[in-house]
Amino acid sequence: MNKSESYELAGWVVARARKAGADDVAVNIARSRNIEIGCRERQVETLKESTQNSLSLSLYVGNRYSGHSTNDIRREGLESFVTEAVAMTKYLNEDPYRTLPDPKYYAGRESLDLHMFDPAYDSLTSDERVAIARRIEDAALAESERIISCTSSFSDSFFETVKVHSNGFEGDRMGTSFSIGAEATVRDDSGSRPEDWDWRTVRFRKNLPAAKVVGKLAVQRALRKLGQTKLESGRYDMLIENRAGSRLLRALIGPMSGRSLQQKSSFLDDKLGQRIGSDKLTIIDDPFIDFGLGSKLFDGEGMSTKRRVMVDKGVLKSFYIDTYYGKKLGMEPTTGSTTNLVLDKGDKSLDEMIEGMQRGILVTTFIGGNSNSTTGDFSYGIMGVLIENGRAVKPVNEMNISGNLSELWNQLVMVGNDEYMYSAWRRPSMYFKDVHFSGV
Amino acid sequence: MAQITRRDFVKAGAMGLVVAGVPMIFKGNPLAAFAAPPLASGNLEEYLKHFAVSEVEIRDVMSAALAHGGDYCDLFFQHAISNTVALEDHLVNRAYTNVDLGVGIRVIDGDRVGYSFTEELTPKAMKLAARTAANIAGRGQAAPPQKLVTSNVPNYYPINISWEEVGIDRKIPHLQTLNEKVFATDKRIVKSQVYFTDSTSYMIVASSDGRIACDYQPMTRVFVSCTAEQNGRREENGYNLGGRHGMDYFSPEKIDLLASTAVRRTVELFEAVKPEGGEMEVVLAPAQSGILLHEAIGHGMEADFNRKETSIFSDKIGRPVAESFVSIVDDGTNPNMRGSINIDDEGNQSEKTYLVRNGILESYLHDHISAKHYGVNPTGNGRRQSFRHQPMPRMRNTYMLPGPHKHDEIIQSVKKGIYAESFTNGEVHIGAGDFTFYLKSGYLIENGRKTRPIKDVNIIGNGPDVLTKVVMVADNLELMEGGGTCGKNGQWVPVSFGLPTIKVSSITVGGVSS
Repeated sequence: MNKSESYELAGWVVARARKAGADDVAVNIARSRNIEIGCRERQVETLKESTQNSLSLSLYVGNRYSGHSTNDIRREGLESFVTEAVAMTKYLNEDPYRTLPDPKYYAGRESLDLHMFDPAYDSLTSDERVAIARRIEDAALAESERIISCTSSFSDSFFETVKVHSNGFEGDRMGTSFSIGAEATVRDDSGSRPEDWDWRTVRFRKNLPAAKVVGKLAVQRALRKLGQTKLESGRYDMLIENRAGSRLLRALIGPMSGRSLQQKSSFLDDKLGQRIGSDKLTIIDDPFIDFGLGSKLFDGEGMSTKRRVMVDKGVLKSFYIDTYYGKKLGMEPTTGSTTNLVLDKGDKSLDEMIEGMQRGILVTTFIGGNSNSTTGDFSYGIMGVLIENGRAVKPVNEMNISGNLSELWNQLVMVGNDEYMYSAWRRPSMYFKDVHFSGV
Repeated sequence: MAQITRRDFVKAGAMGLVVAGVPMIFKGNPLAAFAAPPLASGNLEEYLKHFAVSEVEIRDVMSAALAHGGDYCDLFFQHAISNTVALEDHLVNRAYTNVDLGVGIRVIDGDRVGYSFTEELTPKAMKLAARTAANIAGRGQAAPPQKLVTSNVPNYYPINISWEEVGIDRKIPHLQTLNEKVFATDKRIVKSQVYFTDSTSYMIVASSDGRIACDYQPMTRVFVSCTAEQNGRREENGYNLGGRHGMDYFSPEKIDLLASTAVRRTVELFEAVKPEGGEMEVVLAPAQSGILLHEAIGHGMEADFNRKETSIFSDKIGRPVAESFVSIVDDGTNPNMRGSINIDDEGNQSEKTYLVRNGILESYLHDHISAKHYGVNPTGNGRRQSFRHQPMPRMRNTYMLPGPHKHDEIIQSVKKGIYAESFTNGEVHIGAGDFTFYLKSGYLIENGRKTRPIKDVNIIGNGPDVLTKVVMVADNLELMEGGGTCGKNGQWVPVSFGLPTIKVSSITVGGVSS
């Protein structure tokens, strides 16, 4: 189904829903194609390829609300699907806060080319995909005699979505992404088999790093874990490597949502305009980054996106408020979800920050753990490296960090210049003072 | 109504046990391919009719899948319907439904896999997907089976009425009652949310070794969360119950249990402290604490990891790994449990598999590929998230069998440690064996007695090491109603856990340092 057919189908569904008794309706039609190739033991181990469709609709029926989705988009079936969905909605309680966004929030959509779709996508051949995956594996296998198993992969995807609302919104987007990666397990003399990975995702194929870089790095990272031990419990400085930083960030971003605030499950409630972290913490939500993995001109509700400062030098400036919780809270909607997050950078590289560390732990991996969004209490498992006098001393594992997020973000004393580019959340390495680690 | 089996149930479905006047969303299903009410009698013929395919067409698709050779191919047809109704701020004010239909086609050549799926069940679309999957193989041509044979399987989740026949009007009162009970239980409660979900999955698995099997898999869960306020502080917690049950599972007693447990676990957090971090004795409460087994040993025993020698348990089969009173199983046959399956997603019968018997490591968990690699029978662990995914060895219900000790005796034996009761999540690195699970609530144990509540700490250990430190096992095995959802390589499947009260002599607990 091409784009104009999707628009036609979306319009047809809107009309059917209205005929069945809906006051308003939002329809989203998505199509995607995914290809994945994995290599192991110098063979193609997996080859996956498929195309899929989905149609979802939100119904607003006499102040009642429901959402539905199906992957069977044949009209003969959709007709009764829509009719039954509308009929079912009438059994729910009325909720006056449930509406489509005010159309004024659809206005002002930027007309930018965000470079989401790589024109080179269509010319990529199966043989090229396999060749790249093989090069990654070759580079990895050449790196060490200790490798027990190494899997390399190349995957790419194409998506196109069309969105139509009964109160005037129409929009579509199309994009591609390419990922390469490797994961390696190595033999430790103790019988342990440490593993690590390297994985990069980009919008345009030309922005992928060289295959051999990824293969080598996955193995080197696994080798760095040989001889891991746990240290004594106590307070240590903590340096979080850029790629590992998303778990802590998520614990901060989640409680910024309108739902968390309205449901009284956010430790950031009442903190707007107040300090929630040190002056090293600045977070921008920027939907307009060229080639950005989270770039978009309109959000999931059709509202035009804007660049927003979420945290400015430690002061909380904004929340993620969608239409529904905005109405419940009596707040202006912003957007319900993140686009690209960009953290302010510092001027030192990771290596320079390590050199400046007296005694602390470089965290390279989080394992498990969670945070309590209502209180900000957290506890996470970690793996990493003990640093003493600016040098890596030994690999560390089986330790937990614990504390409260309100305190932790105030302990952020330095950020690196090494923005992680392979995620919609672009974060540098982060240096925290005096964190509780538990081990022996 | 007498309890009826899966096969009977489908018969009842066609007889129209419909609540008059209420639209049964997606009852029968809205898909044009199945204009007639599906599943008139519930045998294979009815499943084929449900998907509007014939045995001849399936064998034709297999021919296309084996056109470039290969050792094996299979087709996984799935039609899944799921519903959620939710309550927030005292209103049942949202409902969601999803319908998913498709067939996944897999070709295996050695241990190499080609995979494709289609959402369109026409012969043309299925053959196109088969030809894509066939690209993994590259020598000659293999023959499809002459005939597909089905065999009888037991039914571990009989239910009285299918979810497709339960209208939303019958679910709404449960949400309202539960919400009222939560607020009536404790006046510190300020917010409550309730989610009621159910799902139904029809599946057919046909494989080129001539087997064909079908199953009907129901599932439900009610989850309640609440937030309480006291002296300007807030705490939140929740509880859930469910499994492969029908509507009648949610008795008034179950609704009471949901409300009282969710509220107790929430308000207790006001008294809770963070323990001092470090290594200590940990007593695990029955039921949900089985998450320890899932992370500490279960994943490491999934045979794909061992086939690739990336698990810390590789080459430990037949060796002692725990005290002789420790036996651990992964079981797909527990009645109506969340992780139970009649057949796995490769068509193999489910079973109870011993990972550890009397302290000795006994068996990995196998899918088709690993069973062939090791030359053993499949254990019924080949599972997948949906027709979009290739199967892998996955757990079902993982639990430890009862041991020689008593619950009270175990607690009394601890001078300083913790009693771990409820958990939210866990993770494992199967090569190094490091695993964690996050303790949402529990108690300190001081001088043989449970004292203050504790909250929000991560527990981290090493799988093989912790197994050797299971020093006491009580006789009070409980399985967890509700269970969890396990993620591996991006695929999510329902599982559950179980455990008697046990004591681990030393494990690292997160917390503040003195």
